Amino acid sequence: MAKATREAYGNALKKLASNQNIVVLDADLSGSTKTVEFKKVCPERFFNVGIAEQDLIGTAAGMAIAGKVPFASSFAMFATGRAFEIIRNTVAYPKLNVKIAATHAGLTVGEDGGSHQSIEDISLMRGIPNMTVINPADSTEAEQAVLKAAEIYGPVYIRLGRAAVEDIYDETYQFELGKGVELRKGKDVTIIATGLMVQKSLEAAKKLKEENIFARVINIHTIKPIDRDIIIKAAKETSAIVTAEEHSIIGGLGSAVLEVLSDEYPVPLKRIGIMDEFGESGKPNELLEKYGLTEENIIEGCRKVMKLKNRL
Amino acid sequence: MKFDDLNLIAQNMRKNILTMIHTAKSGHPGGSLSAVEILTYLYFKEMNIESPTDDKRDRFILSKGHGAPALYSVLMEKEFIDKDSLIGTLRKINSKLQGHPDMNKLPGVEASTGSLGQGLAIANGIALAFKLDKKDNRVFALLGDGEIQEGMIWEASMLSSHYKLDNLTVIMDHNGLQIDGKNDDVMKVEPIADKWTAFGWHVIKADGHDFVSLEKAFEERKTIKGKPAIIIAETIKGKGVSFMENMASWHGKAPNDEELEKALNEVGGGK
Repeated sequence: MAKATREAYGNALKKLASNQNIVVLDADLSGSTKTVEFKKVCPERFFNVGIAEQDLIGTAAGMAIAGKVPFASSFAMFATGRAFEIIRNTVAYPKLNVKIAATHAGLTVGEDGGSHQSIEDISLMRGIPNMTVINPADSTEAEQAVLKAAEIYGPVYIRLGRAAVEDIYDETYQFELGKGVELRKGKDVTIIATGLMVQKSLEAAKKLKEENIFARVINIHTIKPIDRDIIIKAAKETSAIVTAEEHSIIGGLGSAVLEVLSDEYPVPLKRIGIMDEFGESGKPNELLEKYGLTEENIIEGCRKVMKLKNRL
Repeated sequence: MKFDDLNLIAQNMRKNILTMIHTAKSGHPGGSLSAVEILTYLYFKEMNIESPTDDKRDRFILSKGHGAPALYSVLMEKEFIDKDSLIGTLRKINSKLQGHPDMNKLPGVEASTGSLGQGLAIANGIALAFKLDKKDNRVFALLGDGEIQEGMIWEASMLSSHYKLDNLTVIMDHNGLQIDGKNDDVMKVEPIADKWTAFGWHVIKADGHDFVSLEKAFEERKTIKGKPAIIIAETIKGKGVSFMENMASWHGKAPNDEELEKALNEVGGGK
């Protein structure tokens, strides 16, 4: 079944409503971010700050100082971009217990176009000390990630999407913060993916198998702190890696994986992501195709990286 | 506490501030000295604060975080932090007295501030949480008149009145100067009172160096229900040191040995 991760966020907030410390803040997008679900069950602990993302984060910071566990939401573009310095200085520097759950991340926000497509939010959030960064692959993972974020202390960024994504997990799945998930075994190449590119990586691996190429698929839902062990193990055992993300190739998952490998065990790596360019209006699938985020792009990346490995 | 005693505390604070900044060889004397009486009045007369950790305490947010030496001084005078061991450590490596206040390094600092324009939203968040929990604690925030040029201040000011935060009081340190010169020349902020009124605030004017005037203002604030209030406190940047007063050049500069001696002599006699 396909469901948007933002829908899961709304569900998770409803479950969290019984915790009296939870407060939810939104900047006039509660219908889209799904924080309205929390408002329905708990209006007294829901605060709309109006179209003011800096204030959204600053107010959440104050609430955290007073002992609340605020979830602050807007579109990823504005939550991370407009409010970046407030997130850095008011929230992360003093390590406040603020959760930023941002929706409409990536190209798949679609028709609104380049101004609304946040393709650098992972990079921005990852660069801030004390910040935990989570990018769930499906709605099950998203819901559990939100519940986990409420449990741990400190600033957390959760990246959510507008468009529906296929289910990867069933109800037995147990989200572990900071732990990558090996979704498919493989010895020839490893695809390390995050967010909606996990589904596409699984499809790519299936097709590669038809050519007798066995691709390992790893879901990195927690981009920071990243699971170094699973990455190094994959590098040692498959000697070739492709990363896939609905984000700029600069500063996101690909960069994070490269950093780990460069420190520990360099192997050929190909990044699948948005090249250093802005998006445009279009249907989500049209955009993913135009900007090189398809199964075929991943398969091509695998072939390329395996060639490089064989040359070594 | 009698006003004579407050004057003595203010005098000590000025000495602390000047000594700290001189030892650090950097810091912001102008905007620290302008806030001395306001902080003295808040911590020794107005706020309910017996210890930096008591749950019932009122909260103070120094939005104009570069005034940190003034905050550190009042925490010293309040004996929340140790003056003798800390006064020489401002801005030095491994110090609790960071260049701008760090809530995780020093007890008594309620929020990490320094990047201008962010303190009012923090104060709002705390005030909202107190309302939610039906607590009587009050929140006070000191804003600079320059930092209200930040758009976020006006986002936050709308929220304060929208949510009827009558447990929140802002004091604006209206010294008229910012780094590059007069507020009115750099970016005009007047008419300030009208702006805050238009944003739904109860506005009170006061002389920020006169305890009688400050007392009147804080007493008036207590009569106002259902809205946030701002005390626009007229102050003098560098107050108490003749060669620093009303000089934008003393916004962020440390006095040398000779200047320190002269300054200490001037503030030593009291107000």
